[in-house]
Amino acid sequence: MLKVPMRGASASAQTPTKAVILVGGPSRGTRFRPLSLDAPKPLFDVAGHPIIWHNLKAIEKVESVKEVILIGYYDESVFRDFLKDSAREFPQLKIQYLREYQALGTAGGLYHFRDAILKGKPERFFVLNADVCCSFPLNEMLKLFDDKDAEAVILGTRISNDAATNFGCIVSDAHTKRVLHYVEKPESHISNLINCGVYLFDTETIFSSIKSTIKRRTERPRLIAYPSSENLESSYIGGEDDDDSSKEVLRLEQDILSDLADSNRFFVHETKDFWRQIKTAGSAVPANALYLQKAFQSQSEELAKPSANVLPPVFIHPTAEVDPTAKLGPNVSIGPRAVVGPGARVKESIVLEDAEIKHDACVLYSIIGWSSKVGAWARVEGTPTPVTSHSTSIIKNGVKVQSVTILGKECSVANEVRVQNCVCLPNKELKRDVANEVIM
Amino acid sequence: MKALILVGGFGTRLRPLTLTLPKPLVEFGNQPMIYHQVEALAAAGVTDIVLAVNYRPEIMTAALNKYEEQFNVKITFSVESEPLGTAGPLKLAEKILGKDNSPFFVLNSDVICEYPFKKLLDFHKSHGEEGTIVVTKVEEPSKYGVIVHKPNHPSRIDRFVEKPVEFVGNRINAGIYILNPSVLKRIELRPTSIEQETFPAIVKDGGLHSFDLEGFWMDVGQPKDFLSGTCLYLSSLNKRNPKALVPASEPYVFGGNVMVHPTAKIGKNCRIGPNVVLGPNVVVGDGVRIQRSVILENAKVKDHAWVKSTICGWNSSIGRWARLENVTVLGDDVSIGDEVYVNGGSVLPHKSIKQNVETPSIIM
Repeated sequence: MLKVPMRGASASAQTPTKAVILVGGPSRGTRFRPLSLDAPKPLFDVAGHPIIWHNLKAIEKVESVKEVILIGYYDESVFRDFLKDSAREFPQLKIQYLREYQALGTAGGLYHFRDAILKGKPERFFVLNADVCCSFPLNEMLKLFDDKDAEAVILGTRISNDAATNFGCIVSDAHTKRVLHYVEKPESHISNLINCGVYLFDTETIFSSIKSTIKRRTERPRLIAYPSSENLESSYIGGEDDDDSSKEVLRLEQDILSDLADSNRFFVHETKDFWRQIKTAGSAVPANALYLQKAFQSQSEELAKPSANVLPPVFIHPTAEVDPTAKLGPNVSIGPRAVVGPGARVKESIVLEDAEIKHDACVLYSIIGWSSKVGAWARVEGTPTPVTSHSTSIIKNGVKVQSVTILGKECSVANEVRVQNCVCLPNKELKRDVANEVIM
Repeated sequence: MKALILVGGFGTRLRPLTLTLPKPLVEFGNQPMIYHQVEALAAAGVTDIVLAVNYRPEIMTAALNKYEEQFNVKITFSVESEPLGTAGPLKLAEKILGKDNSPFFVLNSDVICEYPFKKLLDFHKSHGEEGTIVVTKVEEPSKYGVIVHKPNHPSRIDRFVEKPVEFVGNRINAGIYILNPSVLKRIELRPTSIEQETFPAIVKDGGLHSFDLEGFWMDVGQPKDFLSGTCLYLSSLNKRNPKALVPASEPYVFGGNVMVHPTAKIGKNCRIGPNVVLGPNVVVGDGVRIQRSVILENAKVKDHAWVKSTICGWNSSIGRWARLENVTVLGDDVSIGDEVYVNGGSVLPHKSIKQNVETPSIIM
């Protein structure tokens, strides 16, 4: 009885595979304001680590990946320290950042750097969007890729029908898992299986597909595939930050995937695990919660030990000072050198570097910006949203407000003041109770 | 000496507190409202007190029996079978009020002030006419019924002007009177108003005088005014009888005017005041902030809670890191969950609140 269960996996482990993380650029993260005013979104800390650290952590688990390329249009200096730290933390991965001279779109960027990606002749490569938070089941995707001898595998997840039309929708064959149809942000309901923004491509297939799309565009340049003007408008309001109308821009979702769906070898791996977009600043709070829960389930040593005053999961940076009488959690991250005073309460929140929560203050469903101060007996509060919700705004008294309260960098909330469902831009002093406002 | 206290109905304006206790028994400054009145009347030499009520709660009988003994007075219930207004009850109690020729006091049970019964009696005797009404100075007379004096007379009332548009005076009826028994003859046994029928009739005959109230005055018939009245009462105590308050040297006292029952317990690192009353057996946890609030008997304010402009009913509990403000009133045995925010909530007895109450509302 000689079983060789690892055979397939080890064979696949030898197939050279790369990973690309699409990090976007400074003009891209406007919906992440006010936090992106002071930190590039991919480096924003959730669950104690930069957003793209979580991508690397998942990539690390794929044996055949030795090289990771970050593509974006931030200045090189932005990622310098992160790359240095990552080289230490992920020694088996070669990680580099490639900067686009202008926003080329997700597919355009891949194509532009095709030589770097093709170097070492990888047969396939992962593409991860930096603005998603999920468990990244990359090995499962790889297995499906091998099992089906696929050209492309996309990660999909089921969400509620009414939310689905805000995403790329996938129609698949339930039995074969083959993608039959793909449409980005449809006007009407097509499917509740949506694109998670994580792909595995056969190298040859994807580049030839991008190439033929470019060729088609040059030949028939103005036939852009918007189904209607209405859709054009909604995608505009939806906050696509960069100049999408430029013909230089080529996006994976809109421009490539629907063509791929016509191929017979495009498959979807449906994850039952968590998935969220990290678009608005407020979405960092559910992302923080989900990554903390993941760390807790995998019994991560990084997390604070549960106790009467620590409801897990809680991350406390080793340099943070938390008074033993303060009560934290669940789903709380306390950043470097942050101070949490006696009898303070922090729940479902992110407290960033050098922030201070004074005694008896209460912080719920909020993000406390770098070096911000929350006074004694102050209350900074957002509104809980249902776990199934993919939106970070809620309707209060007929007005749309942010569910999470966010204090930008160096804000202060005076003693005993209450701040609820507010977004506060950097360097503001809040001396009176405020609710449901954006504070400029 | 005799007195009549107009209690009236169920005190619905002070709900949810009055769903549990009749209004005269709701503690104001850690004593039932009626206690303050009976005490002041007894001190002025009153021996017969009539409580004009249109219901008869058994629970009041027990409390008042105690006061009869304590202050050596006789307290009688005069129960109206139908509401008789503000004058009718006087007629109904004619047997007691008119039993001799001495004048009698009448007071509204909602009014809290430094009851000036002795001085009022002296003044009344000095002018020798039919009645004297206590008046208080207000900033905005246009909201009230204003008293106008006879020209060139400091106290004789000429007329009443209801909600004057133009300034005619700034003295209003404070709801406390001293009247000669002859006034009883002017009143018929039917629903009738002392302010609108009896007084104008006396004024016509030139027999009604006014007496200026010193110090504070408040109609504490509703929660908002109950809290304002508490502030005024505590400030007044601070001058008259500072021993009734906690000395400012106590580390937890902030801004003064803090009254704490001897059986109440207070945790570490609290900041309490200004204008707070903690009732018997109240338990306040650690790191609690309370201001401008009344915490009634057996209530519990847990660690790190923040409480402002709130009346916390008997046996209620306020959770850790909860925040209550903006005239929140908790009835008897209400529980506010940890971390919950209540903005102007009126919470009926025995409710448990686990979610924020973000806009002023009644929680049934």
